[in-house]
Amino acid sequence: MIKNSLVKTAAAILLSAHVGMAASAELSGPVSYVIPFGPGGESDISARFQQPFFKEKFGQDLVISYQPGGGGAVGWASLNGLSGDGHTIMGVNLPHIIIKPAQKDVGFKTEELNTFYMFHYTPDAIVVNADSPYQTLADLVADAKAKPGEVTLSGSGKASANHLAQIKFDKLAGITTTYVPFKGTGAAVAALLGNQTKAEWGYTSVGAKQGDAVRMLAVAMGERHPLFPDVPTFKELGYDMTGGAYRGIALPNTASAETTKLWSDMIGEINNDPEFRKTMLDGGFAMLDVGADEMSDFMAERIEEYITDARAAGLIE
Amino acid sequence: MELSQFISALTPFNLALALFGVVAGTVVGSIPGLTATMALAVLVPITFSMEPASALILLGAIYTGAIYGGAYAAILLNTPGTPSAIATTFDGYPMAKKGDGDLAVALACFASVFGGLVGAFALLFLAPPLSKVALAFGPVEYFWLSIFGLSLIASLSSGNVIKGLAGGAFGMILSTVGVAEISADIRLTFGSQMLIGGFGVVGAMIGLYCIPVLIDLVATPDRHLKVEDDVRSVRIGEAFNLAMKSKFNLVRSSIIGTLVGILPGAGGSVAGLVAYSEAKRTASPEQRFGEGEPDGIMATESANNATVGGGFVPTLVLGIPGTPPDAIVLGALLVQGVRTGPTMFSQSGSIVYTFIYGLIIATLLMLPAGLLIGRYAYKSIVTIPKAVLVPTVGFMTIIGTFSIRNSVTDVFLMLCLGVFGWVVAKFGFSASPIVLGLILGPIAEQGFVQGWTIGAATKNLFGMFFGRPISQAILAFTLITLIVPLYMARRKSRVQEVSDNG
Repeated sequence: MIKNSLVKTAAAILLSAHVGMAASAELSGPVSYVIPFGPGGESDISARFQQPFFKEKFGQDLVISYQPGGGGAVGWASLNGLSGDGHTIMGVNLPHIIIKPAQKDVGFKTEELNTFYMFHYTPDAIVVNADSPYQTLADLVADAKAKPGEVTLSGSGKASANHLAQIKFDKLAGITTTYVPFKGTGAAVAALLGNQTKAEWGYTSVGAKQGDAVRMLAVAMGERHPLFPDVPTFKELGYDMTGGAYRGIALPNTASAETTKLWSDMIGEINNDPEFRKTMLDGGFAMLDVGADEMSDFMAERIEEYITDARAAGLIE
Repeated sequence: MELSQFISALTPFNLALALFGVVAGTVVGSIPGLTATMALAVLVPITFSMEPASALILLGAIYTGAIYGGAYAAILLNTPGTPSAIATTFDGYPMAKKGDGDLAVALACFASVFGGLVGAFALLFLAPPLSKVALAFGPVEYFWLSIFGLSLIASLSSGNVIKGLAGGAFGMILSTVGVAEISADIRLTFGSQMLIGGFGVVGAMIGLYCIPVLIDLVATPDRHLKVEDDVRSVRIGEAFNLAMKSKFNLVRSSIIGTLVGILPGAGGSVAGLVAYSEAKRTASPEQRFGEGEPDGIMATESANNATVGGGFVPTLVLGIPGTPPDAIVLGALLVQGVRTGPTMFSQSGSIVYTFIYGLIIATLLMLPAGLLIGRYAYKSIVTIPKAVLVPTVGFMTIIGTFSIRNSVTDVFLMLCLGVFGWVVAKFGFSASPIVLGLILGPIAEQGFVQGWTIGAATKNLFGMFFGRPISQAILAFTLITLIVPLYMARRKSRVQEVSDNG
């Protein structure tokens, strides 16, 4: 065992030096899976969930490493400089890869990223403490109407999925709330649990992780999440709002069409494994199956939506 | 917490894993740039093929070993191997310069084991109530905590307060370069892609601490460290006696380390710093902190290892990881189907307790392993010729900086900061205030922005910043830290005057 782990460590270190591997669309060694954030977030956890299934199905190790910086921008700006032989992949996140390049030159453009699969999303949700006076979404809306701006909601980052959700919901409900950005979902949840803010703009995964300590008022899905049959959707309550933070994987744009197809098929196969789906749903994630073929349509729709919302909110010019 | 979990943590295989993990972690931690996070991230997949508890023991052992290993480079090369060991350089390197490097390494080992055990036992017995500490800290408390940390710069750079504060301010400015963590603005990049990722703490640390040491090694004919001619026996006994004499310091520093470790936004560097300054503040007059005082090493090293156990409190009880290594262990637990949260100790108790017992066993194993490796590290640094030492360490600084995020830019920035650090050191500016500014700047900024946002929204800005009890307490400590050294200095000079006149 110890020997085995040493070999794996060595393999991972050597991996960064891997160049000029076979060009044919098959895997000849371990794959480096770069997460452009620190560990512990939703991107990391969902990649960790994929890891054992990948090894089991395709026989190769998926070696996860973290390359945080610039809210993901450092990683994405470096992606196309990496080897396109199929042994390096990188997590991509929406709305980040759309909003960031629209704000300023961050070293990459949305359409330059070779995103080949979007495999899940974490639906937006308003989360409150278990002992919060807000029993329903209507309670929160009424309070925000009575005291404009005084209802504070924590969330992860600015111009992020949480922030866009807050802007959108405020507009739909005709209310004014105050959004307080934190560094990552973990910090935003800590602020909620410590009653620093009155509610949190989070995801269904927060509800799954915190269990009885919190209550979700509504989720931004088409139908209720199977894990939370009692939590209504925004739609049911009369607010036309679905979506969240979408996560996928990209290859360097030098990857051949065959390599891209191979990867799209492999991630699709993992995504359709019933055991994997169950793990993801139990974690509060919602599944998504957008492969390489449908990616350009999917991205075009998202770009339209995010850019419109962000512009209306004054986040981009 | 039944005995069965303790026994299952004690199987020969698990013991072997714990020993291997501690040794591997110590080596990784001692090399600046290689972090516990990297080692853990690579090793997580083996938790899939192994018994979960065994795998977790391995991960915990590597983590705790790495925090201790950070002391080696701090003592022998004046370069903290991990940010947690910043305050270890204050007295560790002067001790090594005087020829007491072996004693310093042994002291660091005793202190680390002691601190590690205090943190782990706090996790074992007090985790649920202690997790409330993490929640009591809101944005404003983090803001004041970082201001307190910055005030320590003033008290640590005695006689050089202005230069210390200037360094701290410069570090804070450096921390704002790149994409702002919570406001998503891009600042001070001057239109260059290079600076978008900002200055990484580890890279800056390697540059500011290690490069000046290397330049001086080349520029001066002296040996790196002073060596006694007679071969001395191992100085474990001497170190143990010193540690026994400083029981109170060890206990206080370990408690500080555990408590700071619980705060998800703070970390080992802050814990070491607070413990160090407390030890210095309460020192007896004959102790000379900053010139090779054993109590300085013991305070930092016990505090930073106590943060390991402390950091797992919010990780396990609230599912909110305090440090990147905590986050990786949390991910490994989630993949194993362990649900964190208040019910975890009852529902997944056996895995969690085996993990905690494993952490305790690994900490105990650190004693023999750490003393042995420490002796070896000391001997090799002392006996290696300068012509080999400088290129080897120089090579490691570059590889280490590069490996953090595979970035050549980081290596370039590291070298620039290194040369800059060497130049300003000639004018009396030291590296620590700059690095502390870099670490504390973002904590202060985020806390301030969040506190201001919430205070303005609830129309209670004054109460937000000055009305909360924990904030008031930290503020009081800050004022004491700032005023006491001034008062002492004045009294000292008055006494001096009197004796001069007399």
